[in-house]
Amino acid sequence: MNAAPAPHIEVRNLCVTVTGPDGAPLRIVDSVSFDVARGEVLALIGESGSGKTTIALALMGYCRSGATISGDIRVGDASFGNTSPTLAQQRGHRITYVAQSAAAAFNPSRRIMAQVIEPALIHRTGSPDEAKARAIELFRALALPSPETIGNRYPHEVSGGQLQRLMAAMALITKPDLVIFDEPTTALDVTTQVEVLQAFRRVFREQEATGIYVSHDLAVVAQMADQILVLNRGQVREQNSTAALLKAPADDYTRTLMDAAHPVVRAQEPVARREPLLDISNISASYGSVDSAGRPALPVLSGVNLTIGRGGAVGVIGESGSGKSTIARVVAGLLAPTAGNVLLDGEPLAPTVAGRTREQLRRVQIVFQNADVALNPAHSVGDILGRVLRFYHGAKGADAQRRVARLLDLIRLPASVVDRRCDELSGGQKQRVNFARALAADPDVILCDEVTSALDTVVRGAILDLLADLRRDLGVAYLFISHDIATVKALCDEIVVLYKGTRVETGLCETYAAPPFHPYTDLLISSVPELRQGWLADETAQVRAPFAHLSERPDLCRFLPRCPVAIANKCDMTPPPLRRLSGGNVVLCHRTEAELAG
Amino acid sequence: MNHSLIKFARKLPVSGKIGLALVSFWIVIAFIGPLLAPYSPGAFVSMEVFADSSGDFWLGSDFLGRDVLSRLLVGARFTIGLSLIAVTIASVTGTGLALTAAVGPRWLDELLARAMDTLISIPSKIFALVLVAAFGSSLVLLTLIVSITYVAGNFRIARSLAVGLAQLDYVEVARARGEGRFHIALVEMLPNMIRPLFADIGLRFVFIVLLLSGLSFLGLGLQPPNADLGSLVRENVSGLGEGALAILIPATAIASLTVGVNLLIDAATQGKVR
Repeated sequence: MNAAPAPHIEVRNLCVTVTGPDGAPLRIVDSVSFDVARGEVLALIGESGSGKTTIALALMGYCRSGATISGDIRVGDASFGNTSPTLAQQRGHRITYVAQSAAAAFNPSRRIMAQVIEPALIHRTGSPDEAKARAIELFRALALPSPETIGNRYPHEVSGGQLQRLMAAMALITKPDLVIFDEPTTALDVTTQVEVLQAFRRVFREQEATGIYVSHDLAVVAQMADQILVLNRGQVREQNSTAALLKAPADDYTRTLMDAAHPVVRAQEPVARREPLLDISNISASYGSVDSAGRPALPVLSGVNLTIGRGGAVGVIGESGSGKSTIARVVAGLLAPTAGNVLLDGEPLAPTVAGRTREQLRRVQIVFQNADVALNPAHSVGDILGRVLRFYHGAKGADAQRRVARLLDLIRLPASVVDRRCDELSGGQKQRVNFARALAADPDVILCDEVTSALDTVVRGAILDLLADLRRDLGVAYLFISHDIATVKALCDEIVVLYKGTRVETGLCETYAAPPFHPYTDLLISSVPELRQGWLADETAQVRAPFAHLSERPDLCRFLPRCPVAIANKCDMTPPPLRRLSGGNVVLCHRTEAELAG
Repeated sequence: MNHSLIKFARKLPVSGKIGLALVSFWIVIAFIGPLLAPYSPGAFVSMEVFADSSGDFWLGSDFLGRDVLSRLLVGARFTIGLSLIAVTIASVTGTGLALTAAVGPRWLDELLARAMDTLISIPSKIFALVLVAAFGSSLVLLTLIVSITYVAGNFRIARSLAVGLAQLDYVEVARARGEGRFHIALVEMLPNMIRPLFADIGLRFVFIVLLLSGLSFLGLGLQPPNADLGSLVRENVSGLGEGALAILIPATAIASLTVGVNLLIDAATQGKVR
């Protein structure tokens, strides 16, 4: 044994070049060099467009069509180029890849097991029976439910978090030396993310493989990686061990990333009591058919109450499937509620758009999460904003142009984007235009449906600042929907926690700073990764839920199967009461304040 | 306009340029062909039938001793004109109905879709045969038959595109804004369907050329003394055995027109040509 063994991965002067829009070559990865020791995990971190995924793909000897790789890459005994063994030959066998969206990576028409063992069969690392046995072993190690039989299901029959773990099993089936994780938890809920990260880390330690972990989230990376490489616009800004980098970031850009991980928005001056503007009372909603008694087969919202004051900001948080987006759709009139109504200034709004006056429609605007599909790619920015101005305000010609210019100024975009189409803008710019379209109506309340979720942390911070400023300057109210409690806390005065369509906790923002919380709120808050090493425990409280075996029932507490503090003969017998705590927040729970605080 | 057309042509790949050249050539022929024709298309000018090319008859003579070049120059106008008119009628009707179905109430969507399914289940040649037999062959009837035949296919493609677009957030936003169905269909959805629709229109144009030629070949299309490219092939079919130019040239003309249109449409709808 040598005293200093050669690093497992050596990358020297890696450049990836594409043809730019003007025809000139454009380096999307620029002279990147790094080493990774065997068995270590290196995190590549940066915003979108920083080249982190491109580098990860280059380690497999792959680049997107039209791009060219230059420089030296060596992984184990393989290197980039034509001398055998090449990286491309080892791809899928010694070097494997876990992609961001497992849902898109699995073939929906084949059973999971067939797909998980496919790499082993293609690369002939074992017989089908051996591969299956190893797969089941991996399923167990990844803490998947019923490991013996889960492989017989189809991809749509398991949850998103499970599918992500199954894809990790697919990557590990060939006993690779190097596993590349490309944002594997970005698309998951925070609560699911914790489970997946725990499973990944546990299995990874057992496999003793080298890892590359691509992410934009510094807090997640802090739990997973030994080394961190910070990238910006294809260039290395900083590389250091995780502990040292978190303690003393050397580069300005790293500090920006660290600040952005915790959004803080300048505080609003407290308003004693805002007059109610939008009143959502006892809304129930569902998709699909209703039975003869008018009860829906699948309730998405059951009896939700919510009030937004003039100029106020109410946050709604919950996991995917909690019905939070459905609230926005009901308020906007895109989905008729099955019960309850929405009052604007005390006047009931018609259940759907068709029954509302143009004035009522103008006052309530909705902004969707994904600006890529929320803006019509066939129209220019000026067309999009101008249409709203003409539709609600009858603005034409020079007047409309002036107002468009003012809107662009409000959202801090240069006036030159007026003629650009939306596919020529960056993600953050698109989201600003998306928001400006709502502002063009001069609304009283804007329903923001996950408007920051698809954005990088740095861009997200800028958008949140913008939202806060607009609220202060224009007095517009927000219904702010998000799965990220940190974002909601930064912007809102009041927060509603939604679980499976029921409101489990309501309270002012400050009451979410410290317990007592509803057990689900507690889970949400404790699932947000913190920017320090060792935050991620090896086990979750989930495992201890006493009623995990029960299926969910709409007449009891919906959280019961996941609740770690459920009381026998009470929580599983009677529906929970609404309890007002001394901090002013209202929770839906059998536990008393003292018990919840403990 | 002229400038942007040149820019468009420059950006096309080689196959697209070939397609553009072929299509432009045939369009020019359709416009000025009859002016260039050296003889009257119906005149018996050659003493020899199925003559080879010569100084007097560049493309030889046909089964009655008429000049092939003249007949081709005049016939191309019918094929291209009829096909263009028919494809326009078919696509405008089909896409219009599809957008109506996509933004309209569900019963209307259902009704239109089933009606189109019925139409698509009728074999096009039999449909044409029956109608020609009933009403006699005329230019207007031919155009109508061919248009109706291809409405259903265009409807299905446009409807599936429109239904997909109707789910997108920008359409939802327009709906939440209170926009009318007309605006949603024409301003929000139609511009995003143009590219795939043009690919479809190109294919349909080719089918129509072939159907018209087929009908003419069966003797149901244009009636003498008029002739389109298909009838030129049919009337000279007896020259096939001796490889007469009179049959090879019109057949090549049909082939080059359809191949040209396809090359052009493929190139124009694939890349990011604006």
